[in-house]
Amino acid sequence: MQDLTEGILELLRLTSTDLPPDVEAALHEAMQQEEPGSAARGALETILENVELSRKNSTPICQDTGTPIFYVYHPAGWSTQALRRQIEAAVVQATQKSYLRPNSVDSLNGKNSGNNLGGHYFPTVHFQEVDGETLTIELMLKGGGSENCGAQYSLPHTALGAGRDLAGVRKAVLDGAYQAQGQGCAPGILGVAIGGDRGSAFFTSKEVLFRKLDEPNPDPQLNELEARLTSEINQLGIGPMGFGGKTTVLGVKIDSLHRLPACYFVTMSYMCWAYRRRKMTVAGDQVKYE
Amino acid sequence: MVELSIPLSDEAIRSLKVGDTVALSGVMITGRDTVHKWMVDTFIKKTRPPQGDDLEVYNAIKPLLHSSVIYHCGPVVAGLDTRQYKFVAAGPTTSIREEPYQGAVMDHFKVKGVIGKGGMGPKTLKACQDVPGVYLHAIGGAASLIAQTVKRVLSVYKYEFGVPEAMWVIEVKDFPAVVTMDAHGHSLHAEVEAHSKAVLQDLLTRPLESIPK
Repeated sequence: MQDLTEGILELLRLTSTDLPPDVEAALHEAMQQEEPGSAARGALETILENVELSRKNSTPICQDTGTPIFYVYHPAGWSTQALRRQIEAAVVQATQKSYLRPNSVDSLNGKNSGNNLGGHYFPTVHFQEVDGETLTIELMLKGGGSENCGAQYSLPHTALGAGRDLAGVRKAVLDGAYQAQGQGCAPGILGVAIGGDRGSAFFTSKEVLFRKLDEPNPDPQLNELEARLTSEINQLGIGPMGFGGKTTVLGVKIDSLHRLPACYFVTMSYMCWAYRRRKMTVAGDQVKYE
Repeated sequence: MVELSIPLSDEAIRSLKVGDTVALSGVMITGRDTVHKWMVDTFIKKTRPPQGDDLEVYNAIKPLLHSSVIYHCGPVVAGLDTRQYKFVAAGPTTSIREEPYQGAVMDHFKVKGVIGKGGMGPKTLKACQDVPGVYLHAIGGAASLIAQTVKRVLSVYKYEFGVPEAMWVIEVKDFPAVVTMDAHGHSLHAEVEAHSKAVLQDLLTRPLESIPK
């Protein structure tokens, strides 16, 4: 079995320091829509300048390099135990090289482990066996400020008048976006899971964020709801950084899960504008990044 | 663009209004969740007796904080092994988590500026009127850019809180921020929230027309 530690370190560097092209393009478009001289426009100009500087200097776009969340899709025959050890080794090295901030804190004694390791979920690694010969690793760095803006609604929700249907889902997501204000570093991207149990729904609300911003939802109903919610949330006028303005979210991504008869959850993860997600593929000795 | 130098005078603070962009220069201290809780528990509410180097640190930071600025920031710092510290990435963290503490800390230490992101609530707004002080909003996530305005790391206190939570004493030049809460009781965050709430109420009354139930 190959040792991928070096390749994963590069994946971590790339993810932390270079924003994906679809996100940068969306931020650029958002900037052009704000009034020249407004605080919203100024914020987006600063954001784009920072994105460029981070790429040039190979320094973290945001100091909160978040929870490293890995999804590993491996052909048969790979040892997931060995892969996990390689991921952990790469995370430690990335921390030493200042691509990652030491972010893993023991909740009981408050001690920071200093190397971004800590228990089974830090870093978080999901494994899935796939057909074919190509191994794919997707990485998301999910910051804490935006994570605090995540929410889960159990429908029906009386105060919102939200029932157990897509109309109710829409109301819950609108409320979630309003509650977040600019706290999650707007303009954000909402990952939404309909259904599931509380746990599977939160995982799904992040998995859906691996989709590209311009990727249409395969389900026509959800595709329409994504577009509608994006437009309506932007009418809230919260704007970049919560300064007021036209762009509050860059997009909404929705997935649906089977649920128990008794439960109908609408679960939202808020991703900040520093939407750090990257992918590496390994086919033989060929390693590619996108 | 208003150029501000630390230490900040009351006059300079009172002249600032919501919406002003500022470039801040001088010596400030980073402090976030653990620091604010530690300050309030140990020195303000005194629910926990000082331990270890607590008093020594208190005496060192007191003059540094007077008429100065607390920056809600957990930086990425290079040179940890050699102690030749350099800020690599240093954007603001979300400020609202310090709302239970901030007003008391501003009042106790006479802190005249708080830098963070996302804004703060009524207790901090009142402290801004009383001390007087301002809340300065930095651009969240603009970490590489802001790190370039940090010219020197002068010292670090409470390193054992961890790199993101320690108090880093830094010298900045032309640190960019926007005044979003001023000493006259105005808050951009309260305005934006009120506006968005009215829009939300209206949207919630609209049917889902085209999408089948």
